[in-house]
Amino acid sequence: MIRITEAFKKGKAFIPFITGGDPDLDTTRSLILEMQDAGADLIEIGVPFSDPIAEGPVIQEADERALQGGCTTDRLFDMVESLKDRMHIPMVFMTYINPVFSYGMDRFMDRCQRAGIAGLIVPDLPYEEKGEIYDSCHAKDLELVSMIAPTSKERIRMIAGEAEGFLYCVSSLGVTGVRQQFDTDIESMIKLAKEETSIPCCVGFGISTPEQAGKMASVSDGAIVGSAIVRIIAEHGKDSAPYVRKYVEEMVRAVKDAG
Amino acid sequence: MNAVNELDEAYRKYKNDPEFIRELKALYREYAGRPSMLTYASRMTEDLGGAKIYLKREDLNHTGSHKINNCLGQILLAKKMGKTRIIAETGAGQHGVATATVCALMGMECVIFMGETDTKRQALNVYRMELLGAAVHPVTSGTRTLKDAVNETMREWTSRISDTHYCLGSVMGPHPFPEMVRDFQKIIGEEIKDQVRKAEGKLPDAVIACVGGGSNAMGAFYDFIDDKEVELIGCEAAGEGADTPRTAATITTGRVGIFHGMKSLFCQDEFGQIAPVYSISAGLDYPGIGPEHAELYRSKRARYVPVTDEEAVNAFEYMSRTEGIIPAIESAHAVAYAMKIAPTMAKDKVIVINISGRGDKDVASIARYRGRSDLHD
Repeated sequence: MIRITEAFKKGKAFIPFITGGDPDLDTTRSLILEMQDAGADLIEIGVPFSDPIAEGPVIQEADERALQGGCTTDRLFDMVESLKDRMHIPMVFMTYINPVFSYGMDRFMDRCQRAGIAGLIVPDLPYEEKGEIYDSCHAKDLELVSMIAPTSKERIRMIAGEAEGFLYCVSSLGVTGVRQQFDTDIESMIKLAKEETSIPCCVGFGISTPEQAGKMASVSDGAIVGSAIVRIIAEHGKDSAPYVRKYVEEMVRAVKDAG
Repeated sequence: MNAVNELDEAYRKYKNDPEFIRELKALYREYAGRPSMLTYASRMTEDLGGAKIYLKREDLNHTGSHKINNCLGQILLAKKMGKTRIIAETGAGQHGVATATVCALMGMECVIFMGETDTKRQALNVYRMELLGAAVHPVTSGTRTLKDAVNETMREWTSRISDTHYCLGSVMGPHPFPEMVRDFQKIIGEEIKDQVRKAEGKLPDAVIACVGGGSNAMGAFYDFIDDKEVELIGCEAAGEGADTPRTAATITTGRVGIFHGMKSLFCQDEFGQIAPVYSISAGLDYPGIGPEHAELYRSKRARYVPVTDEEAVNAFEYMSRTEGIIPAIESAHAVAYAMKIAPTMAKDKVIVINISGRGDKDVASIARYRGRSDLHD
């Protein structure tokens, strides 16, 4: 397994997200390899869920496509495991808690480890409840990535203080999805977090253009982009790899230029 | 998370505040019309030939269901917290109507999220909410029913919490909702206890209520939990049968999971994908159940039984004809089970059925179920 920290060895990180199995697992597989080749530093793979409450419409629809296409947790694990030896950047899963709980915590983590997954992001598991999953995660050497949001206020210090892997800083209120502008003072949110932790802080939610990615990377350690990529996949389906590759290359350039 | 922490803090502060309690009691009495009556169902009792049957008439509350109890409590609390905007999910529309009503009363902005399928099943309630000044958002994601309305309301809440309170309609979701909604509904059971004592000089032998998320059942059960001699029975919506995929019977068919901010029982597949559920009743077709019901089930303090669409519709028609009371199709699930057990019980036994709402809203869909295509909402 390649650890999350490897993603930040070449400066600021560009972190693309795609939903596993959208529109099918073969496409996901080639997308992961293309994005690695295009210079992505860490890949976030969404475990599709029936009720993704942190997602806006674009990723909700990707989850629906993936589930309709027959993607299950087992099949996703099999596909990721088959890629393991070709990866030189870390991969993390973004998953809701119920698919993990339902699969059996220990069994889920064991399969993650065998598939070369370095960590988990669980948006519906708040800091206060992370005890549900913490021990099973660590028993298999996985890191549990924490999120902070503009509304986290006094919880930012607490969450950042115990964060591992990287700290996922949510750019604005609400769910995932492309935004025209950002009203939050992201810089001071990150400054506050940095007082408590030395791990990298990356910004996600709403970023779609190279300008936005560059701007976010200039005040943090990296930019996370999901909906904008998923939109390309929605448009081009099985043939999306070259389009995604081109987009990721541009975004990587913008992020590296910022650092 | 900060929003629920803030809510928890405010609720702890106000729940024992004499002024808050006084205001809420006055609203219950003068606006909702509490206490709701307890009606002796003499013709049903005679016809079924067993236990004496009483009906707890939550259908006679203002807005026609028990939902008003919780809305008055939460929106009064939200007002004290300085919130000016209320958002809520609704299934059958009863919670949406109650929320819109209390928002009109208290001068709050109101936005209701309702699955698109339900907006069609309950078109009249959509117009009713709009009449009360609420904006109704049809939810087009997922199965387009209650579960998806909850998802969308939660998404909305994360995007705007400073001025907005989420008035959740059942004993579910993240803490403090299950406990708080139960507290605002427990007056149902307190009144039942008092009223049955006055009428019969003892406690009832059984209290029966329908369960979706479980707020009317929790309200009716809570005051009896320590009275072990009182049997508590929750009736789940089995849809076309608990052994078919077209069902919403969570306790009968579900497993433990973590969803919508709670650890409880959920209808789900082997990979933890939340199952699409079905019931004729839009108010009961939710794939989960409040965590305190899951605990009452685990500890065997209450038992939960599945009731099919067909049984519920029969009970809906039976009670209308026999007592001149049209129950909500949700409540008809409880009536159906009472019809099964009353004849098996001795004549000195007492059953209370919680009639959680009135059935006017369901008349058109029952007519459709019976093949009458000439009626419109």
